[in-house]
Amino acid sequence: MKRTIITVVGKDTVGIIAKVCTYLAKNDINILDISQTIVQGYFNMMMIVDTNQTSRHFGDIVDELSALGEEIGVIIKCQKEEIFDTMHRI
Amino acid sequence: MINIFEVAETNQMIEKENLDVRTITLGISLLDCIDSDLNKLNDKIYHKIYDAAKDLVKTGEEISREFGIPIVNKRISVTPIALIGGAACQTTEDFASIARTLDKVAHEVGVNFIGGYSAQVSKGMTPADRLLIESIPLALSTTERVCSSVNLGSTKTGINMDAVKLMGEIILQTAEYTKEDDSLGCAKLVVFCNAPDDNPFMAGAFHGVTEEDKIINVGVSGPGVVKTALSKVRGENFEVLCETIKKTAFKVTRVGQLVAQEASKRLNVPFGIVDLSLAPTPAVGDSVAEILCEIGLEYAGAPGTTAALALLNDQVKKGGVMASSYVGGLSGAFIPVSEDQGMIDAVIAGALSLEKLEAMTCVCSVGLDMIAIPGDTKATTISGIIADEMAIGMINQKTTAVRLIPVIGKGVGETVEFGGLLGYAPIMPVNNFSCADFINRGGRIPAPIHSFKN
Repeated sequence: MKRTIITVVGKDTVGIIAKVCTYLAKNDINILDISQTIVQGYFNMMMIVDTNQTSRHFGDIVDELSALGEEIGVIIKCQKEEIFDTMHRI
Repeated sequence: MINIFEVAETNQMIEKENLDVRTITLGISLLDCIDSDLNKLNDKIYHKIYDAAKDLVKTGEEISREFGIPIVNKRISVTPIALIGGAACQTTEDFASIARTLDKVAHEVGVNFIGGYSAQVSKGMTPADRLLIESIPLALSTTERVCSSVNLGSTKTGINMDAVKLMGEIILQTAEYTKEDDSLGCAKLVVFCNAPDDNPFMAGAFHGVTEEDKIINVGVSGPGVVKTALSKVRGENFEVLCETIKKTAFKVTRVGQLVAQEASKRLNVPFGIVDLSLAPTPAVGDSVAEILCEIGLEYAGAPGTTAALALLNDQVKKGGVMASSYVGGLSGAFIPVSEDQGMIDAVIAGALSLEKLEAMTCVCSVGLDMIAIPGDTKATTISGIIADEMAIGMINQKTTAVRLIPVIGKGVGETVEFGGLLGYAPIMPVNNFSCADFINRGGRIPAPIHSFKN
């Protein structure tokens, strides 16, 4: 299964996870794992998701999540998992 | 499973420390385009490159978007044109027409440079090699994206001093032809000793005759990442220092390997090599000189610089070789002056001279790179500087290169602006004592004794 990592970084505010999850649900993207921390008032979240079911083009998801981030006032990145795997796992 | 800290570390490298893949370079063989009719030759070259590279830029952008890693340049390298044009070209203008074809197709497929307007004359020059070399000033002044390189020597063959002499004149002539743009033509012209066949970096990229029909080579970068990692181990001993560089180089190279494999798969072109170079840009924080400062020097060029650079280069390779199945190209730290803000600062502060740069090239890739010198420098002096650098490469069995820019109409103390990735540079003083009698001898320097290994 090809997995994707979504990261959200920004000032903590109400409803960040809700908005991201709503977008993912609408596009048939299944959440496998969520972890989050707050460092010095900054919200730091990572989701591992499965994009195999979605009919959307990966590049469009990247752009739309980025736009959603701008709307909420946080930075949302959506990257294929391999970049992290290759860098941190032998 | 990947954790949040590892993800944050990678993204911090990309966003704050300028981690990027510097170039995906598509090597294309033009050997099957050879024709004695110049028009047919140009036509075949155009179509071969266009068909091979039409999806290169789009594919590079897709990979960049999906993995969230910038891929700064998409480029093409081709078989040395002296080999391809020999049968069809009777004049320098004939050869320059091939350069214009390369430039046209580079614009149309959207790559920012195309390399391979080259000749390999490490032992001798054919008439076609000589004609191509003589056409370089015309070719580079009438094109925008074409890069030219000439291999003047090797450990196996010695140094072709006739060609070294000729290139001194050609570099000056190229400067003269492009003097309206601060002699920019010379920024696209490099001479080599021991030039590699699979180098993805410009201006020296060409697709060697030992290569497949098409190949993907990737050049990684990341001086900013190394510098940041080293800033966390200030004051620690050399063992800790070296270990930190190695680990960082491993991570940087793995990203290059991933991008290379993806590009290879999507373009259906075999993967060649990853070039493990620390390639700086003029952006602050993306500088090899700043790494040297982080290692403990006030400026690049201070005593200790050669040792610091030697260990940096070696550790980058040690970390990188494990990260990629095939390593090649130039692989090491680049020390261009104009493309590295820390080097520029060192020159302005008076810490770094041409002679110190020459010493530094003994222990790193690649050579005297992007160095602006006074426009009234004699051709024989330029040839002398080239000969010194070629000798370092020949004797040490390594690649060395020279990319000097004699800026016509400007002298020491003035600055020249090239723009973009090429940056800007203060004009450096050159030792002007004559070497004319040495350069004018003619012939070649024999291969060194350690070349006889058979």
